[in-house]
Amino acid sequence: MRFRLLQTAIDTVAGRGELSDAGAGAYVSFEGWVRDHNEGRAVERLEYEAFAELALTEGELILAEARQRFPIQHALCVHRIGELRIGELAVWVGVSSVHRGEAFGACRYIIDEVKHRVPIWKKEHYRDGDSGWVNCERCAASAAPAHEHDHEHAP
Amino acid sequence: MSAPPPLHGLVLAGGASARMRQDKAALVYAGAAQLDRVVALLARHVNPVFVSSRAAQATEPTRAGKPLILDDPALVGLGSGSGAAGPMLGIRSAFGRFPDIAWLVVACDLPLLSDAALAQLLAARDPSRLATAFRSVHDGLPEPLCAIWEPAAAAALAAYQAAEGRCPRKFLIRADALLIEPVDRRALDNVNTPEEYAQAQELLGANGNGQPMQLRIQYYALLREQAGRSEENLETLATTPAAVYAQLHARYGFTLGREQLKVAVNGAFSDWAHVLRPGDALVFIPPVAGG
Repeated sequence: MRFRLLQTAIDTVAGRGELSDAGAGAYVSFEGWVRDHNEGRAVERLEYEAFAELALTEGELILAEARQRFPIQHALCVHRIGELRIGELAVWVGVSSVHRGEAFGACRYIIDEVKHRVPIWKKEHYRDGDSGWVNCERCAASAAPAHEHDHEHAP
Repeated sequence: MSAPPPLHGLVLAGGASARMRQDKAALVYAGAAQLDRVVALLARHVNPVFVSSRAAQATEPTRAGKPLILDDPALVGLGSGSGAAGPMLGIRSAFGRFPDIAWLVVACDLPLLSDAALAQLLAARDPSRLATAFRSVHDGLPEPLCAIWEPAAAAALAAYQAAEGRCPRKFLIRADALLIEPVDRRALDNVNTPEEYAQAQELLGANGNGQPMQLRIQYYALLREQAGRSEENLETLATTPAAVYAQLHARYGFTLGREQLKVAVNGAFSDWAHVLRPGDALVFIPPVAGG
């Protein structure tokens, strides 16, 4: 599998090794790191959760799309799940290709699509003790239908 | 303390169904007429169960053969209304016929009403108050048409109506009533229009054979926390992911609306209208945030 979920630290050296190819003249990688703030709030740690079955198939699909769109040699993506501290590596993408242009393009495509499509969720734990699921809390809207009644009431 | 007054069931089926343009008691959900469904539901909790009806409706097939309490002609025309005091009239007619009985009153346009909701109401009953009722999840006001009315309410209702009062909800707002928060938040959604009927049918799986099926539901992230579990087996009449989510949304009070989610069936992205089969595994996917 070229798309992987890992509970433990990502070995970027081993990942880079898997991409080596005598015909490749370029290697591009992306590292997503856990930073200490988001949207003005001090972040202490992160928690990633995945729907593994679908995350793996969707991740593989994205890598296959990248290989179709860009003439690259190899591509690999590894995403962490579980608890992560500030500075830790959360996601790693590596691409090797004949020339640098397609490696940059494919790497960018893969990380953008992974962030938008793969069922992985991030919970931020803030320094003030609060926590929240990114993209889920502030946009939450009640889907309850309005009450239908024949006339108005006031206490 | 003396024993609380005995409790009978009363299904209010005397409405004109004006906006529905067909008799709401005869609407079919999951293969059964609504009046039959609600009488059977009440009969699992109280005995006997009567159907409140206008005299003109007494021979209509859905009502005929059931124990009826017809609107008392002596009470018709009280208050300022032109017969719009339907529910009041039904409740007062029941008190007129059995003055020492408390009534579990239920309107016949609540197709999502559940055993759980009735059990909660009965467990909360306080016979020392005039009524025990749910608070609406929509506006916080009392729901008079799924409530226990104690015999002492009869005189107060008569006085209220004599003072031109017509609305049982307004009566309960001012009366000494015990109001409780419904655990089943969808149970009291009433159906007044053809559109609401279609929605309720979808929720109740009217397009299927009316037989419940077992589904496997897995929860992730915010939904896992709000459901308080990561998976469960669900027995449901719902036949589409949309209807299943509506049911779970009501049960757990999810803050995410369906339009914010994607759905997966058996490990692959699917459609909200996909027709489910027994044993299917569903995952509702909140907005993702990898990277």
